[in-house]
Amino acid sequence: MRIVPVLGRLAWRYLWRNHRRTIVMLSAITVGTWAMIFMMALTRGMVDQMIADGISVIPGHVLVHDPDFLDDPSIGNRVKLDDDELEARFGDAGFTAWASRVRVPAIVTSERESRGVTLLGIDPVAEQSFSFVDYAAVEGRFLEGVDDNGIVIGAKLANTLETRVGKRVVLMSQDPDNDIADRGFRVVGLFHANMEAYEDGYVFIGKRTAQKMLRIGNETTEVVFLGDDYRNVEPVYDKVVAAMDDAFRVSRWTEVDTYLGTMLKTMDGFMVVWVVVVFLALSFGLVNTLVMAVFERVREIGLMLALGMKPSMILGQIIIESMLLLAVGLFIGDVLAYATVRPLESGIDISIVGEGMEMFGMSSMLYPALYLKDVVMANVVVLVLGFFASLSPAWRASRYEPVEAITKVG
Amino acid sequence: MTAVRCVDICKTYVQGDEDIKALDHLSIEIEKGEFVCLMSPSGGGKTTLLNAIGGLDIPDSGEVWVAGRRVDQMSKGELADLRLANIGFVFQAYNLIPVLTARENVEFVMQVQGVSARARREKSMAIIEEVGLKGLEDRRPAEMSGGQQQRVAVARAIVSRPALVLADEPTANLDSHTSDDLMALFTELNEHHKTTFVIATHDQRVMRYAKRLVRMLDGRIVEDTLQDAA
Repeated sequence: MRIVPVLGRLAWRYLWRNHRRTIVMLSAITVGTWAMIFMMALTRGMVDQMIADGISVIPGHVLVHDPDFLDDPSIGNRVKLDDDELEARFGDAGFTAWASRVRVPAIVTSERESRGVTLLGIDPVAEQSFSFVDYAAVEGRFLEGVDDNGIVIGAKLANTLETRVGKRVVLMSQDPDNDIADRGFRVVGLFHANMEAYEDGYVFIGKRTAQKMLRIGNETTEVVFLGDDYRNVEPVYDKVVAAMDDAFRVSRWTEVDTYLGTMLKTMDGFMVVWVVVVFLALSFGLVNTLVMAVFERVREIGLMLALGMKPSMILGQIIIESMLLLAVGLFIGDVLAYATVRPLESGIDISIVGEGMEMFGMSSMLYPALYLKDVVMANVVVLVLGFFASLSPAWRASRYEPVEAITKVG
Repeated sequence: MTAVRCVDICKTYVQGDEDIKALDHLSIEIEKGEFVCLMSPSGGGKTTLLNAIGGLDIPDSGEVWVAGRRVDQMSKGELADLRLANIGFVFQAYNLIPVLTARENVEFVMQVQGVSARARREKSMAIIEEVGLKGLEDRRPAEMSGGQQQRVAVARAIVSRPALVLADEPTANLDSHTSDDLMALFTELNEHHKTTFVIATHDQRVMRYAKRLVRMLDGRIVEDTLQDAA
């Protein structure tokens, strides 16, 4: 280990011997690093937003249903536990938030149009942590309690139905006996959401009102739970499973929305692939730089070997040179990426270029998200791959015969 | 005690279609503390012999022993260790590490040996003064003349007091005054520390300092005589 400072100093000096070449290579590494991290921040932001929006519609990190509900989300497949029993099981369990709700398909009809929607019968207080609706931004008002007799619909749906706050609509679904369950509601509020699809597809009424309309007593169709991090729902999941029996199905959000779940996994893989692809582009320059650096000092390598340096020390010196080059480039690239991503974290309006992206679950604002783990991953991957990329020129340098290297001309 | 023993060594280089015998069944023994000059016309084989003794080049056949160890059968790592611990080299060309200063070049071998920074500095400054380069220790090779660079190379070769110094034309770029100073330094090391010197040279002034003159021709020893050194 005592030799490392010697090799480090030699590597550093040799790096700056041809400073122009080093600066060009450093620039390439810096720009590559910046591009890697900036792109990851954009992608993370996009995926986070998609998932956050997606979870806000599911919503919840862990959900409890009747075992058949996800395949057939009808009122027949409901959670046959009343509010008191749910409160007894989960009230003091220490969840970040939890709520029970009635969620069934329904048809909403105005005097002019009809539309198929998802009916959500909710407790507006318990639901506040989950909902994708900003209560304060609702035109008119949001629901005031579980017995509220009004209905809140999306602004887009109101437009489709040609209705507005104060007018009446009829909500129709089925009760457990497959008889029509319907009721007239006065529109008390219009909500806005990040995506028009949400405004068009969901209507909110009070939970108790929904239970009465659907004739299901105090029962609900789903119970939802929130954890601290949507990426790590296992603690919440385990806690819920422990409180339920086999008569219920407990699901992680990734199981309910497999598209988003798969996307989350895919994106993690995509990040690594992206880093590797950028590195591969950089590696040509890196290897070329090292090959040239070795080639132009063959005699000096021969001299070092003649003076008693072992081949492994020459190998180490070239690898340290490569690592120093990468480390400096990565550091500058990291700082540059941080400096450019931070000001954009308040959001980039992509509505001009993002029209039509809603079908992929994207909203018009993109919030880049710079994660330390992504930065660390990018740096580690580049250093590890850089190590392997520099092995070949370093190995060649260490295999020189001293006498041939010293007498090499030019 | 034998410092160097070469037994029937041969080395042939291929140059185009021609085989050139650089060493032709050469045998020589050099005792510890000897001061030997190898002389030959260009291509006579003296540099090849120095390289073979230093383990820089492996002969095609024969045996090379240094400090009681057989050099020609050592691995690269063992050869490196042998050179580091026992042998000081002065090469024909300047052969300094261009990214290091004069002092760092002189300290290089000691640094690889693991000598402490303080001891390195003391030894290197002392030897730099001895070879007349005081005040130039922070210059890089490119900022020094050929003679100054050669003196740095000599200082590097002897600073760690190796048992054996192999020097290939060490005075080639030096003026007569500096050559004499350098040879006086070699002589002092030879006499006081019993350092063995094997010097390949054309320089008559250098030969005056040698206790043993070995004349070579076409890879063979044609004359091996003892003399009173200057």
